[in-house]
Amino acid sequence: MDRSLYVAMNGAKQVQLHQATNTNNLANASTTGFKADFDAFNSLPVIGPGYESRIYNQDERSGIDFSGGALQHTGRELDIAVSENGFIEVQAPDGSSAYTRAGDLHTTSAGLLETGAGHPVIGNDGPIALPPFEKLEIGADGTISILPVGQEATTLATIDRIKLVNADAEVLVKGEDGLLRAAPDVSLEADASVAVTSGVLESSNVNTVSELLDMIELTRNFELHVKMMQAIEENDSATTQLLRVN
Amino acid sequence: MSSTALWNAKTGLDTQQTRISVIANNLANANTTGFKSDRAVFEDLIYQTVRQPGAQSSQDTQFPTGLQVGTGVRLVATEKLFTQGNLTRTGGSLDLAVQGNGFFQILQPDGTIGYTRDGTFTLDSTGQVVNSSGYVLQPSITIPPNVVNITVGADGTVSAQTSGSAASTQVGNIQLASFVNPTGLQARGGNLLFETAASGTPQIGTPGTNGLGQLDQGSLETSNVNIVEELINMIETQRVYEVNSRAIETISSMLEFANNTI
Repeated sequence: MDRSLYVAMNGAKQVQLHQATNTNNLANASTTGFKADFDAFNSLPVIGPGYESRIYNQDERSGIDFSGGALQHTGRELDIAVSENGFIEVQAPDGSSAYTRAGDLHTTSAGLLETGAGHPVIGNDGPIALPPFEKLEIGADGTISILPVGQEATTLATIDRIKLVNADAEVLVKGEDGLLRAAPDVSLEADASVAVTSGVLESSNVNTVSELLDMIELTRNFELHVKMMQAIEENDSATTQLLRVN
Repeated sequence: MSSTALWNAKTGLDTQQTRISVIANNLANANTTGFKSDRAVFEDLIYQTVRQPGAQSSQDTQFPTGLQVGTGVRLVATEKLFTQGNLTRTGGSLDLAVQGNGFFQILQPDGTIGYTRDGTFTLDSTGQVVNSSGYVLQPSITIPPNVVNITVGADGTVSAQTSGSAASTQVGNIQLASFVNPTGLQARGGNLLFETAASGTPQIGTPGTNGLGQLDQGSLETSNVNIVEELINMIETQRVYEVNSRAIETISSMLEFANNTI
């Protein structure tokens, strides 16, 4: 059997994987704080006897697009948007530290501050718990001050400060739950230069036009691989024809 | 022939469909007294690791990148936004608005308590204060017959002045309930919200104390739906829906091409 058929088949399969990432980005075009994934093809030579007999392609995640999404004004006091390169630290379900830019916060019945997806927000030490409050303000540096229930308007209490970190794109990887995590040898500390704006949410940064273009290009690419398979099949049947003895 | 790409686009369509229902419901309730708008909250679904980043490519080297493929989007929750609605003057003596936190407590036919921001109250045949469905306001207040004037104070004190009498007598107190996490309340229609494990237990108190808002007699709280914002959301939802349906079309044509060619 002609090996080139497998090269074409692998090509079509990798294109389909790339399409999956592409459609995942499109499906999340309105998910708060979502960061689009980049995929890229990599060449994977098969080392033959003295030469590279054929080169397969391989789809890889080359990175995450950390550019900012559009800011939507909501006016809700617990909606926050983080400045560039800044991230909110949250607790992942397994207890580890994870990072997100989705600032649609809410409080649980126990007073715990959580993101919209239900991950507790980390403060100076551990998850932030809020006592019953009448009003809540989140300052530009993430400081949470509240007017406790039944107190005078002058008795504002500072409860905690949301742990905001400044991280470079290379340091963060996306986990299987969609949360960002720091590379194993990196520990991220609170950074005072990161600012938040309350009453605003950051929308998804997916560029639907470029994703659509990518999708069209990938479709043509896929068709090319399938055409190759067809051509190889024709070659194969021609060979069979030649070998046939009347 | 199953394709992750096809299913990803399907999750996109599903969630945008729900989002447009939420928006349409908000718009339909743009004139409902005491209505609080809903918001759909999205989250990306789990990622499948096709190739682990950082795995050993040889004894001393590692693959610098791996491949994780996302599986789409899901709707985590619809949450109510409890921002204050505008107050409109109606002049009705039993039209009440809450300025700040707090819900009126309404006794349901099944004995449970429903919570509402809709302060449109009337009297039933026995003189009890009821909401527009005829359910009794808690704690119950009965207005004696021959009353010419009902006054509700900012702290919920209800006094009535009977005909022929110069002084008004106190007939009851309206109390409000507040919750630690009002977004966790369950909406069941009829302008009513119900306590859940997520909302916490109600804290009941006198209006104007302990973080509860004051009452304003003769006013009603309008819906807090921002029509312009909802329209923008509607446009965005429509476009995201379109782009996802375009993705399904494209993937389908890809698979069709493969089927017809090979």
